[in-house]
Amino acid sequence: MTTNWQPSADINTLKRRAQYLADVRLFFAERDVWEVETPILSQAAPTAPYLDSFTTDYIPIGSQSKEIHYLQTSPEFAMKRLLAADSGSIYQIAKVFRNGERGRFHSPEFTMLEWYRLELTLKQLMDEVNALLLDVFNIEPILRLSYRTVFEFFFKLNIFVCSDEDIKHCALSRIDSLADDFETDRDGWLELLMSYVVEPRLAALNLPLFIYDFPASQAQLAKIKYDQQGNKVADRFELYIAGLEIANGYNELLDADELRQRFESDNQQRQQQNKPEILIDENLLAAMKSGLPECSGVALGFDRLIMLTTNSQQIQAVQSFCFEQA
Amino acid sequence: MASVSTNQFKSGLKFILDGDPCSIIENELVKPGKGQAFNRVKFRNLKTGRVNERTFKSGDSVESADVMEVELEYSYTDGEFWYFMDPVTFEQHAADANAIEDCKKWLKEQYVYTVTQWNGSPLLVTAPNFVNLAVTETDPGLKGDTAGTGGKPATLETGAVVRVPLFMNIGDVLRIDTRSGEYVERAKS
Repeated sequence: MTTNWQPSADINTLKRRAQYLADVRLFFAERDVWEVETPILSQAAPTAPYLDSFTTDYIPIGSQSKEIHYLQTSPEFAMKRLLAADSGSIYQIAKVFRNGERGRFHSPEFTMLEWYRLELTLKQLMDEVNALLLDVFNIEPILRLSYRTVFEFFFKLNIFVCSDEDIKHCALSRIDSLADDFETDRDGWLELLMSYVVEPRLAALNLPLFIYDFPASQAQLAKIKYDQQGNKVADRFELYIAGLEIANGYNELLDADELRQRFESDNQQRQQQNKPEILIDENLLAAMKSGLPECSGVALGFDRLIMLTTNSQQIQAVQSFCFEQA
Repeated sequence: MASVSTNQFKSGLKFILDGDPCSIIENELVKPGKGQAFNRVKFRNLKTGRVNERTFKSGDSVESADVMEVELEYSYTDGEFWYFMDPVTFEQHAADANAIEDCKKWLKEQYVYTVTQWNGSPLLVTAPNFVNLAVTETDPGLKGDTAGTGGKPATLETGAVVRVPLFMNIGDVLRIDTRSGEYVERAKS
């Protein structure tokens, strides 16, 4: 084995990272949001079809039995159980894990800053994200556009009325690297247009942007509502800075029955893709049944934010030891 | 034919796309938070030399290409093919006009070239970064002009025309950078 013991990040970058962590903690302390710690290892995992958890086995001493455990992809489920137990507003800086994801902007292990606010609407949560970025990271105020507006602006497409065929045609004509026989579903085409066309243009404009009111099919764990035009939308936002996806916020879904349905439909999709089904997190659903308070929450990729503030081109330049050297 | 999955993609990997052998230059993961994963691949088509991009769904497979790079010595041409010899086994390889197109004007007997082979036959011949070639035709040299101001065209033994300083004469051997096609210096003979 060839050794490579040196850090993948510059020591000065790591010192700056430490300062940012301290500043983030101060930001929340001043707002009476308290820091929590939840288990990294869990018996349950999210069902999302394109999110793969790492698994490991728990083997009690002296036993042959193995109990599967998952490394968290985000601290969301445990934090929601705390919220249901009347924690009030909370935040966490957690290591999270996503199997298979490695690239310039992806590491299978990364740091997530996630927080939940009882007092804030989704719009007010965007204000708070804005305040955090300005106070701590010196990133200027951020523009807000609805998903519908973004697609109308870049593609002259009303994504709530156009057909799957229209979106496919648009993607094939705008993205040269797609073969003519490329196939995916409606959300896949939308995501391609977002990644290949919208993100680079936002980067070129150097425009930090909140995109809100996503198509209902991309609701994840957000509430679904109707926008002013009467379109069914997911009440969530994503924050893009320099064309990079930085944060994902929800007006949190409170209805346990609806969440169970979404989990089950995720598992059906997993089955179709020959992926293992994930056991539904009954503890989360029970907590929601007992009463998750009205709240908004956001998860923010901490490493990517450090990349932006230190002008780093690769995620490993802000991590002490990158995945390949860990 | 062996297939390779997107998770094995890395720069330098050779694969077949639309019937042509290609070499990966860059492979980037495109993965929105909870969305589908794609591989955005920048590659060189080894037949045409063109650089292009293609997007794959992560997990898709492509056919791997049996592409190798070997160092062969140029022997001669019969007008239709250009013959290269393996300096160890003395085996002959015939390259067609397409394969030698880019380095035709730098081909000189006994020089060693990098030959990219696909399924055993030459696909692309690349010249070494520097070659020494003699001037076969140029205006008479101007004595005293060693400053290299201005310059004049000179035809080399391979037919290539390069700009050289005014003091060069027919028979002088020049060191040429084949990447830029520019004269570097007079070779020490």
